[in-house]
Amino acid sequence: MEGLTLSEAEQRYYCDLFAYCDTESTKKVASNGRVLELFRAAQLPNDVVMQIMELCGATRLGYFGRSQFYIALKLVAVAQSGLPLRVESLNTVKDLPLPRFVVSKNEQESRHTALYSSDADNPASYSGVIPPPPGRIQVKKGSVSHDAVQQRTSTDQQESTSPVVSPQQSPPTSPHTWRKHSRHPSGGNNERPLAGPGPFWAPFSEAQPGSSTSSDPIWSGHSPPPHQENWVSFADTPPTSALLAMHPASVQDQTTVRTVASATTTNEIRRQSSSYDDPWKITDEQRQYYVNQFKTIQPDLNGFIPGSAAKEFFTKSKLPILELSHIWELSDFDKDGALTLDEFCAAFHLVVARKNGYDLPEKLPESLMPKLIDLEDSTEVGEQTGEVGYSSSPAEAPPSKSPSMPSLNQTWPELNQSSEQWETFSERSSSSQTLTQFDSNIAPADPDTAIVHPVPIRMTPSKIHMQEMELKRTGSDHTNPTSPLLVKPPDLPEENKMSSSVKYTPGNTVTDGYSSSDSYTSDPEQIGSSVTRQRSHSGTSPDNTAPPPPPPRPHPSHSRSSSLDMNRSFSVTPGQQQAGVVAYPPAVPPRPQPSQGAGPHVHRPVDAEGLIAHTSTSPQQIPEQPNFADFSQFEVFAASAVNKEEEDEIETHSEVLQGKGTTPLAPPPKPIRRRLKSEDELRPEAEEHTQKTGVIAAVLASQPSIPRSVGKDKKAIQASIRRNKETNTVLARLNSELQQQLKDVLEERISLEVQLEQLRPFSHL
Amino acid sequence: MAVCVAVIAKENYPLYIRSVPTENELKFHYTVHTSLDVVDEKISAMGKALVDQRELYLGLLYPTEDYKVYGYVTNSKVKFVMVVDSSNTALRDNEIRSMFRKLHNSYTDIMCNPFYNPGDRIHSRAFDNMVNSMMMQVC
Repeated sequence: MEGLTLSEAEQRYYCDLFAYCDTESTKKVASNGRVLELFRAAQLPNDVVMQIMELCGATRLGYFGRSQFYIALKLVAVAQSGLPLRVESLNTVKDLPLPRFVVSKNEQESRHTALYSSDADNPASYSGVIPPPPGRIQVKKGSVSHDAVQQRTSTDQQESTSPVVSPQQSPPTSPHTWRKHSRHPSGGNNERPLAGPGPFWAPFSEAQPGSSTSSDPIWSGHSPPPHQENWVSFADTPPTSALLAMHPASVQDQTTVRTVASATTTNEIRRQSSSYDDPWKITDEQRQYYVNQFKTIQPDLNGFIPGSAAKEFFTKSKLPILELSHIWELSDFDKDGALTLDEFCAAFHLVVARKNGYDLPEKLPESLMPKLIDLEDSTEVGEQTGEVGYSSSPAEAPPSKSPSMPSLNQTWPELNQSSEQWETFSERSSSSQTLTQFDSNIAPADPDTAIVHPVPIRMTPSKIHMQEMELKRTGSDHTNPTSPLLVKPPDLPEENKMSSSVKYTPGNTVTDGYSSSDSYTSDPEQIGSSVTRQRSHSGTSPDNTAPPPPPPRPHPSHSRSSSLDMNRSFSVTPGQQQAGVVAYPPAVPPRPQPSQGAGPHVHRPVDAEGLIAHTSTSPQQIPEQPNFADFSQFEVFAASAVNKEEEDEIETHSEVLQGKGTTPLAPPPKPIRRRLKSEDELRPEAEEHTQKTGVIAAVLASQPSIPRSVGKDKKAIQASIRRNKETNTVLARLNSELQQQLKDVLEERISLEVQLEQLRPFSHL
Repeated sequence: MAVCVAVIAKENYPLYIRSVPTENELKFHYTVHTSLDVVDEKISAMGKALVDQRELYLGLLYPTEDYKVYGYVTNSKVKFVMVVDSSNTALRDNEIRSMFRKLHNSYTDIMCNPFYNPGDRIHSRAFDNMVNSMMMQVC
């Protein structure tokens, strides 16, 4: 056949018809079936039809290829216009009206009844003359053909009876399409009221009249997406059945809509599409449908659908993964890998649109942006079809409300895309930085903490003593840094923590003070200790806050060891003692008065001057009945104590010591050793301070006195027994405290190891 | 300002590569490929250290007379390689870092997409747009 030139309208129309007839999508149309029906509908005499078929070559080929079909159609037009059928007439006849196909009423009616309830809303304003290329729209798998025919027949009807859309037809599409269609401002197109499948029609209109105002319908108009996947495909899975269920009601709408596609109507459609409309609006019905679907996956409407579930669901739509991926990108607004109800509706809507032939937008349309409020019905934009009543809910109302949200959302993606917004981006990037750097928060315990907390370091004896005191007082929770020796920076944090925790223990303050005094060897330290105490207080809450000041403190204390502490303690003693004295009384209860009294005193002296001796005396109580010694010492110290600074320090020290008390293990043996040592040390150091010496002397004096007392008589023996028992209890408490410390330290070690393990894998990447 | 941006998977095959559509795109592909050696070298060298943001950014891999190549690696050993024109002066390190950050963020967005299988080529339009924005700055 010679080349066939078709006008644009013709081209489109023929294409639609071909698609309609091409039920099997084989690009060729059998001579039977629809083609015949079509030709019959042309109301041409059979012989003319035969002639046409012969002319176009179908008889030769046995089927209608696309070109043959087009030729045939043109010949039909020629015939209908009364011109003789000639091959030459194909191209020579200009302004040939499009072939008309009329469907018999009977057919129509039958079809209608089959499908639909006349929907007045769908005024078929078909021009009725030109059979809508319904087939095209309908070209879907399976049921399409059926529908196509029906549509075709119904197209003739210029009624608003809904075209016989086969109910089987993927229901889902219908409501959407329909809704959309209704939305489209039917600029004058009566069919619009049909609320035709928006997506459908838009493409149609493009295809035919070429107007394509609707959102990017891709229809080239040439080959309608005949192989569009219906939602029917969804039907393969249970959820889709819901779709079908939903549809029945809207079927009619669909039908009417579908049938619209006639060429003339396309003009109207064109108009419609040209008029402003938002094909992306979601109608109420659609929205309700989406919500129902959402519920099947996630009963909680405020919840999320996880990505995997959404993937499964949308995969059922049989869209290519690439498109689904793009849909996801568009609809997952907050990029969290999960879909909220709004996001889900948007995604679903896009899927529907895509299946109906719409191109996916590059950016999420306004109406699909996740809204802060639920979609409400609102008048359609420019929609003539009031009857449709689809509230273009998404569009108007939401836009006003959602602008904040969309704008927000928009800014977000924009951030990514705008190179100029690097600054803003940097904010975002900083977040990523924070993400990757979150470990840094673990940040080594602020060196401040080390600094802050007075490193207890010192004197084990004093510590032990302190512990005893604390034990007596609190009976537990001693965090005395028992091993001053061990007090190194690593221990500091622990001790600090401990000290801070201890600090708050009411009865411990004094002891802490002592301990702290121990750790501080110089006046500045003393002051520092007070500061540290404050710091430690603050430290408990936020270790960071601790603070600034006392840099010198801990270290010197460290370096010093007991001797230094001794010095400090001596100097501090006066005030501390007083403070201690004051503090102690309340804390006394647990222990027998004397011992307790001795304890605090012991603490003090120990702290102040190397109470180590005292502490040592406490352990030594058993053999030496140190309590007695303590008493004496205590008295001595009490007398001497005066300084307020020291008081503060005492408190801080005690706190510190308590904190330090937590240091583990080493204490028990050490204190003992230290005790001995400290005693020795004390002795020489004591010389530095008269007080100390006095104390020591007292201690020493007390010690020897003890055995003497013991040796006296029964009373003495009993007294000694009592004392021994007391000492036992004290030591038992001390033991328990130390055990506790040991546990704490072990726990810390474990946690550190865990942290290390956590960090380690990263290095293996 | 990049002339070429590439995303390389852990196994060293490209997930995404895009060049300014001037001549010699193949040349850029080759450059990216060779730069992978340098990337691997840097990665292995810092294997001990803790991986943090700073170390994700590898910096200048190597310069040629026409352009410079920068690298960035993620925690999952996905590498980003960027080739920038040497004539682009004043392209500071921070800018390069921020560009890589953008890439990284976009890449994570892609990962969030359940329809994306890790290891597939990247077809995301959003990612394309972002890369385009970076590349369109090329004078």
